Amino acid sequence: MSEKVDRNLLPPLLRSVLFKLWLASKDLAPIVIVIGFFQLVVLRQPLPNFVEILFGGLLVVFGLMLFVQGLEMGLFPIGETMAHELARKGSAFWLLLFAFLLGFATTVAEPALIAVANEAAEIAARGNLIPESDAAMTHYAIGIRLSVALSVGVAILIGVLRILKGWPLHFLIIGGYIGVMLMTLIAPKEIVGIAYDSGGVTTSTVTVPLVAALGVGLSSIIRGRSPLLDGFGLIAFASLMPMIFVMGYGLIVFQ
Amino acid sequence: MTFLLDAGQVLLVTIRDVLPILALIVFFQLFVLRQPIPHLRRLIVGGVYVVLGLAMFLLGLEKALFPVGNAMAAQLSDPAFLSGGRDTALTGWAAYAWIYLFAALIGFSTTVAEPALLAVSMKAGEVSGGVISPWGLRVTVAIGVAVGLALGAFRIVTGTPLYLYILAGYLVVVLQTFSTPKKMIALAYDSGGVTTSTVTVPLVAALGLGLSETVPGRDPALDGFGLIAFASLFPIISVMGYAQISHWTAIRREKKLLQGENP
Repeated sequence: MSEKVDRNLLPPLLRSVLFKLWLASKDLAPIVIVIGFFQLVVLRQPLPNFVEILFGGLLVVFGLMLFVQGLEMGLFPIGETMAHELARKGSAFWLLLFAFLLGFATTVAEPALIAVANEAAEIAARGNLIPESDAAMTHYAIGIRLSVALSVGVAILIGVLRILKGWPLHFLIIGGYIGVMLMTLIAPKEIVGIAYDSGGVTTSTVTVPLVAALGVGLSSIIRGRSPLLDGFGLIAFASLMPMIFVMGYGLIVFQ
Repeated sequence: MTFLLDAGQVLLVTIRDVLPILALIVFFQLFVLRQPIPHLRRLIVGGVYVVLGLAMFLLGLEKALFPVGNAMAAQLSDPAFLSGGRDTALTGWAAYAWIYLFAALIGFSTTVAEPALLAVSMKAGEVSGGVISPWGLRVTVAIGVAVGLALGAFRIVTGTPLYLYILAGYLVVVLQTFSTPKKMIALAYDSGGVTTSTVTVPLVAALGLGLSETVPGRDPALDGFGLIAFASLFPIISVMGYAQISHWTAIRREKKLLQGENP
């Protein structure tokens, strides 16, 4: 008797997976629509390699769904747990060290940053800003990567310090922006474009959830801090500092 | 066969990306906090999902989205397309209207798909007790990115220096910061940093470089970058703007209620 009923109901696990799949598809639908519209209506050309593109699209949807699931199961909880435990331990030193290393470690291996740094080295070599040898380009690219990684480490450290001390965000941010403006005035113009872009590149898909969980976790356990008011802002610093550091690097390299 | 090689390569790169973080967490949990990792099995499964999911996501992007996006950026800025096949010279910025529209729409749609923004919106919705709707935040940020990219493309075409726009943008942001409800400030700034991530950056970079290579008189080294900066700056403005508008409408509604009670 019960078997007849069960056959018509999707098991809850399958239903939940299908729901998450639908959510991921919903997230990716706009891109498909935009590209489809432009390719077919504006450029009036059929999509080349349609099958491969369709397959790639499916991969993206599945990948996104898995990623979000993994976030909820793993990244967010561990980020918050670490924040709570480190705060409970009471040592500002370990907390700040963790913050700095988190920023540094996640940035230094970041694929997007590696790609941008290499691209920048190639463009600089083509424009005769640096010698066109492999050694010079690698050195330049590594220099940019290290500057960015250091800056993100410092940024997360300052961000956590801000949560601990309760400094208001807008003073620090405005100070940071003024710093960027000042650097822009004195830095060589060849480095300005890539400096600005490096700020945007650093916040990777894996770093962001961890950093957000860290910030929210810390501000929910420390007395007198509110998660919404104080928990965010770490990522803002992590986008601001690289600009300053890379422009500094440019000042050193392009004297 | 090459597909398997590509897939393997992407997986390795993703693992390499995640490894430093893993090492850091394990080290701190075991040696500094000296505690066993809580819910270890769940964490491992979640970690595997994150790595696999991200690898699949990146692979799919490389196979599908980026080739099409790059080709489209090149085609839309191709002089032959812009002049409609006629031999007229390209006069002024209006000729590139399709590019601005494409930049805006691609900015909007990639931001909506951006996993990092999804993560932040989830946290924001959770932490605000449902007052901030994750979808609403994402759409607001996406609109900011759309405007930013259209403006950025316009800048590449007209050739005005980058820092002028950025400084003007920063000024607007600073002014807004003084009049926005405090609760939204940090989130707004974070949204700006988060938008430029896995999906947006390669497409935007391709658009910028492609555009600066085709538009006569632009130097890719100077103008190809900078679009990403626009994409990070304008969402801050749009999120704070949205917060300000909601705040003012709420105040006006309260005033009207009070006036209704005391005619």
